[in-house]
Amino acid sequence: MAELKLMQGNEACVMGAIHAGMRFYSGYPITPSTEIAELSAELLPKYGGKFIQMEDEIAGVAAALGASLAGLKSMTATSGPGFSLKQENIGYGIMAEIPIVIVDVQRSGPSTGLPTSPSQGDIMQARWGTHGDHSIIALYPASVKEIYTTTIKAFNLSEKYRTPVILLLDEIIGHMREKIDLEELKNIEIYDRKKPTKSDDKYLAYKVNDGDIVPEMPSFGEGYRFHVTGLVHDETGFPSNNESVADKLLNRLINKIEDNKQDIVNFEEYLLEDSEYAIISFGAISRSSKVAVDKLREQGIKIGMFRPITIWPSPEKEISELSKKVKKIYVVELNAGQYFLEVQRIVSGQCEVRKYGKINGDIIVPQEIISFIKEDIYA
Amino acid sequence: MPSELINNYFRTETLPHIWCPGCGNGIVTRAIVKAIDNLNIPKDDVCIVSGIGCSSRAAGYLDFNTLHTTHGRALAFATGVKLANPKLHVIVITGDGDASAIGGNHLIHSARRNIDITTVVFNNSIYGMTGGQYSPTTPMGDKATTAPYGSIDPNFDLCELANAAGATYVARGTVYAVNILEKVIQEGISNKGFSFIEAIATCPTYYGRKNKKGSAVDMIKFLKEHGVMYTAWQKMSEDEKIGKFPIGKLYTKERKEYTEQYQMLIDSLGKESNQ
Amino acid sequence: MPAKDKVSLKINTLWCKGCGICVFICPKEVLEIENEKVYIKDLDNCIKCGQCEYHCPDYAIYLEEEK
Repeated sequence: MAELKLMQGNEACVMGAIHAGMRFYSGYPITPSTEIAELSAELLPKYGGKFIQMEDEIAGVAAALGASLAGLKSMTATSGPGFSLKQENIGYGIMAEIPIVIVDVQRSGPSTGLPTSPSQGDIMQARWGTHGDHSIIALYPASVKEIYTTTIKAFNLSEKYRTPVILLLDEIIGHMREKIDLEELKNIEIYDRKKPTKSDDKYLAYKVNDGDIVPEMPSFGEGYRFHVTGLVHDETGFPSNNESVADKLLNRLINKIEDNKQDIVNFEEYLLEDSEYAIISFGAISRSSKVAVDKLREQGIKIGMFRPITIWPSPEKEISELSKKVKKIYVVELNAGQYFLEVQRIVSGQCEVRKYGKINGDIIVPQEIISFIKEDIYA
Repeated sequence: MPSELINNYFRTETLPHIWCPGCGNGIVTRAIVKAIDNLNIPKDDVCIVSGIGCSSRAAGYLDFNTLHTTHGRALAFATGVKLANPKLHVIVITGDGDASAIGGNHLIHSARRNIDITTVVFNNSIYGMTGGQYSPTTPMGDKATTAPYGSIDPNFDLCELANAAGATYVARGTVYAVNILEKVIQEGISNKGFSFIEAIATCPTYYGRKNKKGSAVDMIKFLKEHGVMYTAWQKMSEDEKIGKFPIGKLYTKERKEYTEQYQMLIDSLGKESNQ
Repeated sequence: MPAKDKVSLKINTLWCKGCGICVFICPKEVLEIENEKVYIKDLDNCIKCGQCEYHCPDYAIYLEEEK
């Protein structure tokens, strides 16, 4: 029996998170992400979980990291200004290998910007917002149903790779309402962090066992008494200034993500088989791009769309293959050209790449994409 | 071989510690461990959370669940740990700059919530790790590398701050009056709520040298001569109090504890859905 | 607390940083600093009060029960 619900994007994020096992939420109110906090406050205590509204954005991510170390799957949500404030502790989560999910419902910036207007302006901040060399996982769904499933995927990846995962939404999909069938989603698998089983005297908190991707992770209070730090550390978890220790650790943290792209990277290909042109687009704007593809095809232009759902690490192989196949790629995004830079880097001259973006707080509608592409093709 | 206490509660392979000769941090850290030992709390049930700075390095030396976090954020991380697992005895080790400058917001809000965390501030009136800049507790007029002409910033009384914000146990000790320090930390851990302990520590290397306070011994002597037990303090005239400070248990109050309140909420909702 | 005659004063010179706090805190002038390390000058005077142990920032001096 179908269990149909009319659900808002932000609401689907909370429902997906609870499905994935979220039992802790800490955050700070900010438009347009606030519904995620509100629904978490209502639902978590009913599931025996905990919600806390912290004193600021930094505390919101910090408490989530602490709760994850104490054994609860944890999430925080925010938007632009709050995402900026959280960056240092996202880096801490990367360094100390703490699974959490950070939701960024993107709004127009920089600074306070246009608080209620949509944007895709945090694409590069998601990649490079925290200081220092690192890799990151950032996912970006495009519908209410996909917010539900992608939130689960975000938790699964954070647990599997012991790393903060950024879930990018935008004001449009966060606030949009769509029909969702919960029955059809109820069997999605969830992944829990792997815990150590050996006696604690042999336990090394940051040693990766043969065949594993990341160190096993006990919770505080389970008898392992391990040390967690944001300093460079060796397999014991204790700080080290040794160059080879630093080299080994930092490369391991990058490679555990970059070497497992096959598992992490997710995307949608739309009508690309015979395409001469391709649009690359994601999140809410990919919905406009999809309509534009349909209309352009009606007008005889062989065009399709590639939609990365995993924004970081980028689908490098797939975009590179695409660039060998098509004459031109149009990167359509609600910013001044951020993912465009990544596409250009990947394509590296194999085909032409053009960007279409907007930063005035208005959305991109299909007609303007159609006009832009037609003008470009027939110019 | 170190003493039995040190052997039992320290990760001795990480010793000797990085602190300078005469630094009071080692004395406060020992007092914390002795308080835990006096209370017979199993090591697995203790979680030490620290921030950034000289004092915060203590976490790494101790054989508990230890979390060395980002600058100022120890209490925010600790709040997550405690709320997620209220069975843990969560003790925050922090410095004056970490707790009251960059982390000041978390300090007042942890006190306001009365969450069951014991915070021990190692107050040496200076940023030591970065080489001697003035902190919110550097006395007005004292010098620091960033206050070459003497600080014009008024300084915090951290105990008054914590008390005003709602902490249910507030006390002060010094690295001279170690027995009192140990006792108030022990009482703080036993208090079901937010406990705040200011441990006046010595930094002969930066604060002492910059302000001609003499050797570590001279600084300990100063604490001996200027720290007055609170019971005696209350009987002193305003004139007698000048230049002195009270030590021992300063304030206690009865308030509801945060994680217990949250558990009551969970239980009440559970009952509701069972009906 | 073990009987005081069963307790001995121990020094770990590797950890001692020579700050002199123990020398100051000792009520019986048992200790002295030489070449930046503490040494026991007058053990007979020691009353085994443990103040040196409580105040040593480096855990380099302590009382130990004899076995």
